[in-house]
Amino acid sequence: MALVLNFLVLAVIYFSLNLHLLGISQVLIYTGLIMMLFLFCILLLNLSAPQMLTEPSYLKRWAAVLVTGSLLVVLFSQIVGPWLVPVPPNNTFAGVISNAPDDFGTAKAVGNALFNHWVYGFEIASLLLLVGIVGSILVAKRRG
Amino acid sequence: MTPEFWWGTLRALIIIAFVLVGVPPVIWWERRLLSWMQDRVGPNRVGPWGLLQPIADGVKLFFKEEVMPAAVDKFVYWLAPAIALFPAFVIGATLVWGPNPMLTPVADVDIGILWVLAISSLGVYGIVLGGWASNNKYSLLGGLRSTAQLVSYELAMGVALYSVLLVTGSLKMTEVVARQQAPLYDVLPWAQNWFILTPYGFGAGVIFLICMIAETNRAPFDLPEAESELIAGFHTEYSSMKFAVFFMGEYAVMAMFGAIFTDLFLGGWSPLPLNWDYLSAQASAAHLGWLSSALSFIGGAWMAPVWFIGKVFFLLTVYIWIRATLPRLRYDQLMNVGWKFLLPFAALNFVLTAVWMLFGWLAFGIAAAVVAAGYLMVVGFVLRPRAFKDAAKVHLVDVQANTAQTIEVQR
Repeated sequence: MALVLNFLVLAVIYFSLNLHLLGISQVLIYTGLIMMLFLFCILLLNLSAPQMLTEPSYLKRWAAVLVTGSLLVVLFSQIVGPWLVPVPPNNTFAGVISNAPDDFGTAKAVGNALFNHWVYGFEIASLLLLVGIVGSILVAKRRG
Repeated sequence: MTPEFWWGTLRALIIIAFVLVGVPPVIWWERRLLSWMQDRVGPNRVGPWGLLQPIADGVKLFFKEEVMPAAVDKFVYWLAPAIALFPAFVIGATLVWGPNPMLTPVADVDIGILWVLAISSLGVYGIVLGGWASNNKYSLLGGLRSTAQLVSYELAMGVALYSVLLVTGSLKMTEVVARQQAPLYDVLPWAQNWFILTPYGFGAGVIFLICMIAETNRAPFDLPEAESELIAGFHTEYSSMKFAVFFMGEYAVMAMFGAIFTDLFLGGWSPLPLNWDYLSAQASAAHLGWLSSALSFIGGAWMAPVWFIGKVFFLLTVYIWIRATLPRLRYDQLMNVGWKFLLPFAALNFVLTAVWMLFGWLAFGIAAAVVAAGYLMVVGFVLRPRAFKDAAKVHLVDVQANTAQTIEVQR
């Protein structure tokens, strides 16, 4: 459960960085399919959840809460901030004026890059996936 | 607070209101229509034509005793119905209900079609976690079967959507709807290019319809909730409000998938596949002012949500119709259909769509004919009549007619 939440939050971070395609792929493939298969294993093997480990030292507990809280505040301010307070363009307080093209992170830009510049890597990755599929079919067939 | 923030809040409130208020009419219509198709009357006691029946259901569920088994995992047990309900709202937010961009969609995400696929795959968690948290083997089985079914049909659904994506050229929902309002086949200016009216879109639409019914766990794919087989499947141990939330979630997701189908295949908010603006211009050119304004009102922004809801209603009727007509598929039949039939056909449809786009409709027709002939030849070869392997020869003697014959009997 915590892992699912982790993946979803990671997707939210991707979205906040304007990486739309990566974020939605994270949700679709990781959370939607891979974690589902994970859950399959856990449910079929009836693995019991380990006893929740409680940290004995109070100091460490409060330190954890503090660190997590501050991280949350930083994330919140960056993601939700521009909705609450309008950010002027060329805001030098933010530090960096982005040179990224307008469609950075959208499917169009990623697709362009994958099919033009990185086409070798793309084709080799798909071959690797094919090897994985054939291998898993062989293993399953041998078992039964 | 920027004005965008307030408009966004308004849009979010509108969609939440729509989904919540829309579920009771769906429940009522299902029970009435199902009854008529089964040659009975349906609920007609509670209000005029039984219209208050969903409210009566709600009141009953509210007052029922909430039974929670002692050995369940409390947090997951509590969370599962909520996970089953939230996809309806989240997907509904990205759909286009009308032409006014300030009112719908709540967020025109850049990755519209992928968003729909991703969130519908998240809805599966509600079912599988509900089945597991109930600490009941039958619920667990129901949950697992449902997971396998949903994952299989998600793939075919995705590939069917890719044909639509190929023709549109963009993932955004507004782009898909806009593409469908272009002239039919880019030739007829007075008709709209609804994808369901194009051959590749029709194939993709049929496949998407089947996958949609499987994704929402409705008959004939409702083995996970198999009311007569697995007790009640994954929601056996849920009573009262949590069951109400599961129940509401199922109907809300049904309505949302209807809305998705409307946006992707039925052209969005226009009542008929006619180009209202073009016809309106033609009418005013022919000095028929009243016709011109009537046409632009029908196709305009005020009536748009009405037509959209009308189409969603039509799809819900199709859902209920199919439930009343088809028997439940057995689990292995279900998986067979998903993997061996729908996925290859969706992939073929995708390739044929690409052929249409590159080479035109004639090449598409030839390619489709070749593929169909090839498929029939393969099926004819595999299913050819042949002698049985361990056949025993049996001698049949008909004493009265004084004849004898030898037949082969399969062992």
